[in-house]
Amino acid sequence: MSDKKRVSRRQFLNYTLTGVGGFMAAGMLAPMVRFAIDPVLQTKEGGEMHSVASVDEITNEPTRVEWTIDQVDAWYESEVQKTAWVYRNENDEIVALSPICTHLGCTVDWASNEEYPNQFYCPCHGGRYTKDGVNVKGTPPTAPLPVYEHKVEEGMLYLGEAQSRKGA
Amino acid sequence: MLQRLYDWVDERVDITPLWRDIADHEVPEHVNPAHHFSAFVYCFGGLTFFITVIQILSGMFLTMYYVPDIENAWKSVYYLQREVAYGQIVRGMHHWGASLVIVMLFLHTLRVFFQGAYKKPRELNWVIGVLLFFVMLGLGFTGYLLPWDNKAYFATQVGLEIAAATPFIGDAIRTLLAGDPSIVGAQTLTRFFAIHVFFLPAALFGLMAFHFILIRKQGISGPL
Repeated sequence: MSDKKRVSRRQFLNYTLTGVGGFMAAGMLAPMVRFAIDPVLQTKEGGEMHSVASVDEITNEPTRVEWTIDQVDAWYESEVQKTAWVYRNENDEIVALSPICTHLGCTVDWASNEEYPNQFYCPCHGGRYTKDGVNVKGTPPTAPLPVYEHKVEEGMLYLGEAQSRKGA
Repeated sequence: MLQRLYDWVDERVDITPLWRDIADHEVPEHVNPAHHFSAFVYCFGGLTFFITVIQILSGMFLTMYYVPDIENAWKSVYYLQREVAYGQIVRGMHHWGASLVIVMLFLHTLRVFFQGAYKKPRELNWVIGVLLFFVMLGLGFTGYLLPWDNKAYFATQVGLEIAAATPFIGDAIRTLLAGDPSIVGAQTLTRFFAIHVFFLPAALFGLMAFHFILIRKQGISGPL
């Protein structure tokens, strides 16, 4: 072995100590780190559909529909109210829009601003959406309102999770 | 790479004397287990410190899930132990470490006592050590209540009765600890939590700093 490649006693001990120390530190920290990042790695199971309204009541005008779900938040279980704007579009299909503004999460209202009678309006920063939930260019939101997955069974409308849509 | 990063910082801030002061000092022959195996008794102080570090880290991580509230304390502990990955291990480290740290502390104390290492000029460090022991017992006592199960509740009940047996000011001490003259409940839990995670650790850090500064200042006591 050439002198260049020789590992001195001091260096060898340094490497060994660092290695053993690092191994011990890792053994100590690994469970704690995995413990801390658990919420990021938890897989969320798909929610079930909830019966929210009778299909006969749905008109061409967006109507606010409310229902409650049982929410399990770690060790805390509670009933949480959910809201959707529901209407029939020109093809007679049912549309259920989430009321959560895609700008910063405020709650939008249908036709609440007199200047925009046929749009969803967000009071926080003046975000607007057309009736189909697409954001109006030049207002703060960058994506359309999310759409609830829905199904109709025995004359009742069932809503599931809200699906976000790509920005327009 | 690391060497160059170190050199870059060192050139500007001169950090070498900082860690040299802490890390670079001679270990006397009579303290080195490589020379005399019986010198392993000198490890207990360091082991106490090592376990204390584990306690601090695991405790910090446990508070990510724990709530000091009588409605939710037990549920949050149950959740973190059953539902969160490695929860059982992290809580286990804190649980077993709490007992082990007392054991190590005790062995360390025995070593110092039987070697007479507390004698002049090290009396002050002995006193600080005894205070550290009390702080550690306090941490054990307050931490025992936090899971808010039956064992925790009644152990604290007993502990508070013992405190209340103090002459003259017993009842006042009890109320001060429990937050109420008769109930062991909501206020007791929040108080014990605050004492466990803020007050006693602060005292612990201060005393430990003193303990270590004095060791460096006075050196390790000579061979028997």
